[in-house]
Amino acid sequence: MGDDSSILELSFQMGETLLRNGAEISRVQETMERVARAYHAEKFNVYVLTNAIFAIGREQDGEHSAELKHIPGTTTHLGRISAVNQLSREIEEGKHSVEEARQILREIQKIPYSSLPLATLACGVGSACFSYLFGGDGLDALTAFLCGLVLELYLHWADTCKMTKFLTNLSASALVTLCGAGLFGLGIGHHMDMIIIGSIIRLVPGVALTTSIRDFFHSDYLSGTIRMFDALLVGGCIAIGVGVVVKGISLLTGGSLL
Amino acid sequence: MIDLTTLLHWGFQTIVAFVSTIAFAIIFHTPKKEYLFCGITGGVGWLVYLICVGMGWGVVAGSFLATVALAWFSRIFAFRRKAPVTVFLITGIFPLVPGAGIYYTGYHLFMSDNFLALDKGLETVKIAIAIALGIGIVLSLPSILFTFRRPRRLP
Repeated sequence: MGDDSSILELSFQMGETLLRNGAEISRVQETMERVARAYHAEKFNVYVLTNAIFAIGREQDGEHSAELKHIPGTTTHLGRISAVNQLSREIEEGKHSVEEARQILREIQKIPYSSLPLATLACGVGSACFSYLFGGDGLDALTAFLCGLVLELYLHWADTCKMTKFLTNLSASALVTLCGAGLFGLGIGHHMDMIIIGSIIRLVPGVALTTSIRDFFHSDYLSGTIRMFDALLVGGCIAIGVGVVVKGISLLTGGSLL
Repeated sequence: MIDLTTLLHWGFQTIVAFVSTIAFAIIFHTPKKEYLFCGITGGVGWLVYLICVGMGWGVVAGSFLATVALAWFSRIFAFRRKAPVTVFLITGIFPLVPGAGIYYTGYHLFMSDNFLALDKGLETVKIAIAIALGIGIVLSLPSILFTFRRPRRLP
């Protein structure tokens, strides 16, 4: 295994890239099968879960192989999913040899993340927009913008510290609430709830929820359940993070702030 | 019931939703060429939601219909742009996910307002189910409805 001309290795790598970057189960499974079929692998069976791939197959030269791999927590990178999708389309049309496809896949795995300043700005703008959409006014949006900037920088820092998901969400929502309440206390902003709702939207488990639903509707119940629990736990963490800080502030100020 | 001010308000909100969806497209590392289409998907979803809520149909029905519209656009774009449907769906869904519900649930729970906490918690779950149904139904429809051609492969 491991050489560039192995069909199964190529298929496995493509599946792994998709899964690592947050694709839904049916897409991973379909892509892997499609690639194996396009290169006429003699036999190919694959089973995919949210955090693992199991594959077994035989190539034309009679080489047997089986692989299983645990794939831990995923980040969402829609660009890479898109690129692998394009590659699998081209493979099906017979445009690439196995070696060429491996080369392209290596490039795909190197597609960079959005730069930190851009992501921070995007998080700020997103927070401000949502604060406005949920009924805040201009000043609320401005405060949410500042909270959003802080949040993205904090998330980046938490990521470099390899903080667990639980603690990240709990502490990030608490930090954002503290930040929003602090600015609100200084008189910047009119509705504290709108500011905080806008700021926490970056943490809300929209991706996990959507992917979980798609897994369920493809009858991948096990993977769907894993992601659904993920969404529920993250949602719960946010609610607790926000709640604790709000309660703390109201106790300290005797409820005058709220 | 629907006057010019309401329409202008809806228009402006849709633009804000468009911008916010693009912000999320950046956070999730979407390819640059898809930004515009992600934004349109998010804007459409929010506009439908606003109209439904404005007509007094409630947030749950609004979330359901908005998700249907949004998923429909995602599938059309996925076919036209030859990109996975996930790209448009995940970024466009963000205005609809019940962030406000999560906030109010946590808020009331910790302020010992159990009745309101339960009320908001149930509403959050109902919205999540409405979104789930909307996505599930539209993604299960045959692809001919979105491509206007004989189906060859899944988008």
